[in-house]
Amino acid sequence: MQPDDDTLRDIHRRMVRIRVFETEAGKLAEAGRIPGALHLYVGQEAVAAGIMAHLSADDWITSTHRGHGHLIAKGGAFDRMFAELFGRATGYCRGKGGSMHISNMELGMLGANGIVGAGPPIAVGAAFTAKYRKTDRVAVTFFGDGASNEGSFHEAANMAALYKLPALFVCENNGYGEYTAQANHQAIVDVADRAAGYGMPGVIVDGMDAVAVYEAAGAALERARAGEGPTLLECKTYRFFDHVGVRGMGLSYRTDAELEEWQKRDPIHMFEERLAELGVLSQEQAAEVHDGIMAEVQAGIEFAEQSPVPDVATLLDDVYA
Amino acid sequence: MAEAVATRELTYVGAIAEAAHTVLAEQDTAFVAGEDVAGAGGVFGSYRGLLDAYGEERVIDTPISEEGIVGLAVGAAATGLRPIIDIMFMDFMGECMDEIANQMAKMRYMFGGSASLPITIVTMSGGGMNMAAQHSQSLEAWICHLPGLKVVAPATPHDAKGLIIAASRDDNPVFVVLNKLSLRNTGEVPEDSYEVPIGKARTVREGSDLTIVTYSRMVHEATTAAEALAEEGIDSEVIDLRSLQPMDTEAMVASVQKTHRAIVVHEAVRFGGLGGEIASQIQELAFDYLDAPVARIGAPFSPVPFAANLEQAWLPNAPKIVAAAKELLGSE
Repeated sequence: MQPDDDTLRDIHRRMVRIRVFETEAGKLAEAGRIPGALHLYVGQEAVAAGIMAHLSADDWITSTHRGHGHLIAKGGAFDRMFAELFGRATGYCRGKGGSMHISNMELGMLGANGIVGAGPPIAVGAAFTAKYRKTDRVAVTFFGDGASNEGSFHEAANMAALYKLPALFVCENNGYGEYTAQANHQAIVDVADRAAGYGMPGVIVDGMDAVAVYEAAGAALERARAGEGPTLLECKTYRFFDHVGVRGMGLSYRTDAELEEWQKRDPIHMFEERLAELGVLSQEQAAEVHDGIMAEVQAGIEFAEQSPVPDVATLLDDVYA
Repeated sequence: MAEAVATRELTYVGAIAEAAHTVLAEQDTAFVAGEDVAGAGGVFGSYRGLLDAYGEERVIDTPISEEGIVGLAVGAAATGLRPIIDIMFMDFMGECMDEIANQMAKMRYMFGGSASLPITIVTMSGGGMNMAAQHSQSLEAWICHLPGLKVVAPATPHDAKGLIIAASRDDNPVFVVLNKLSLRNTGEVPEDSYEVPIGKARTVREGSDLTIVTYSRMVHEATTAAEALAEEGIDSEVIDLRSLQPMDTEAMVASVQKTHRAIVVHEAVRFGGLGGEIASQIQELAFDYLDAPVARIGAPFSPVPFAANLEQAWLPNAPKIVAAAKELLGSE
């Protein structure tokens, strides 16, 4: 399924939205203006954008602790997202969730998650709803190479395949589970190998190449919507920022040389070169997209900072329905 | 409240099964999922006949994957269904505690109220069947400690049916903690659909000398103890909490204000059990009425033993309640 020109521009826009939002959020966190822990998505944009270009608000996703990018690509609004990161009453979670639990049920975004590997079983439940109601909706679960070592992933993969649920398991293999290199946390190189153990296809794709992600996801989602069951799609990617924050804690778990090597394959730069070559989007037009999104980000930050903090009277609201 | 309802004698397990049939008949979005619930009808018989009546789309055998089962319920509930899931033995909560504690209990709050999780979790607790340390526990304190969950523990067939139906209609996750040693107990159960309200205790027996606050199977041990005490001229009131989260504080405090003494009884290990919470509430809210410290009876601080004589020694029972009551009354 090759993307047409509009789709290419749409994917580009989603990627840039993530990049600009995350870069600015990182600056705010390092300046101490956003509290708590931010796990930023910079470097992995092609994965969220390439997959979400196939989804509507009727389709569901589960995300991870590194969840801003997924919500942005699913249609999240910057003002309400920044408001949540700032802990304001106008945030998507009314200031109760923050970065690690950011969500939007109306957009089908069933939450970032502070627990590694918690999302796949929840996505199986959403996919179960899709099938139970005889719809053609799908549920996509994003998780990392680290999460693929959690039992929850294995239980979910088995159940999704057993029931032939309309689910897509997207492993964003960025080479590290927190600060531990993949070679030190699992004996395999390709997480996609694990698909065979559950009777589902395992597909490997270059996670820095948005078109490759889009095409592979398209085939898997078509299969899912047709009632043929789930696929495990492994996207080989890289985290340009640290596990937490931008420079993080400065731990010596990876080298600058390795980071620079991956940055040469920046998914947005590569994609913009390609779109220029194809005559789909010139460098000037791409710059305009960046500028427009930056203005929207700045407006979002302003909205958040001017928003009220949650009323303490709401402390016990929504513990129960 | 003399209502003209048709009742008949039913076993505890029969009442559970009747509740499951009732819920699936009433709610199109309800389904039952768990280990051995479909083809086998549940290892305890809780879902007998359900597969034949409602088909494999709504009565679903799962792999032995408790985390997957709870996750399935969380995802399905968040997207509009009303799952009823079976965790065969409460002891297996260790396999799925993340999905219970960090997902199911918190999702609504973390998401600022935008998610509803109408989930009924049916599970079995309790010892007395030589099932040893990993199939006999009463772990209700674990889940009562988690904001966002409701927990009920019916003692009778009537309450088992009514609380399962109430749980299924509640828009929150509700644990229905059943008792496996009570499965063959019988009692009057209405034929129709009805709810036992979550959060309301029941006065099993009225009395004036002391209050026994309890729940689940210990209600029967407390009643037996109360009868024995009555023969010695001690008049006990027995309160069956039925619902542990929320808890009917008002009912137990009102009783203690009348009797001036209280014993809390549960089968769970005493240390860190709900008895401590209940005793605290009574002392905070009825201190001036108390003629003696609140007594607590629970199992000793050990795993549940296998050998029948050891297990019987471990379990709280009527004689232990009688002894505690006498000590309490003698302590003035």
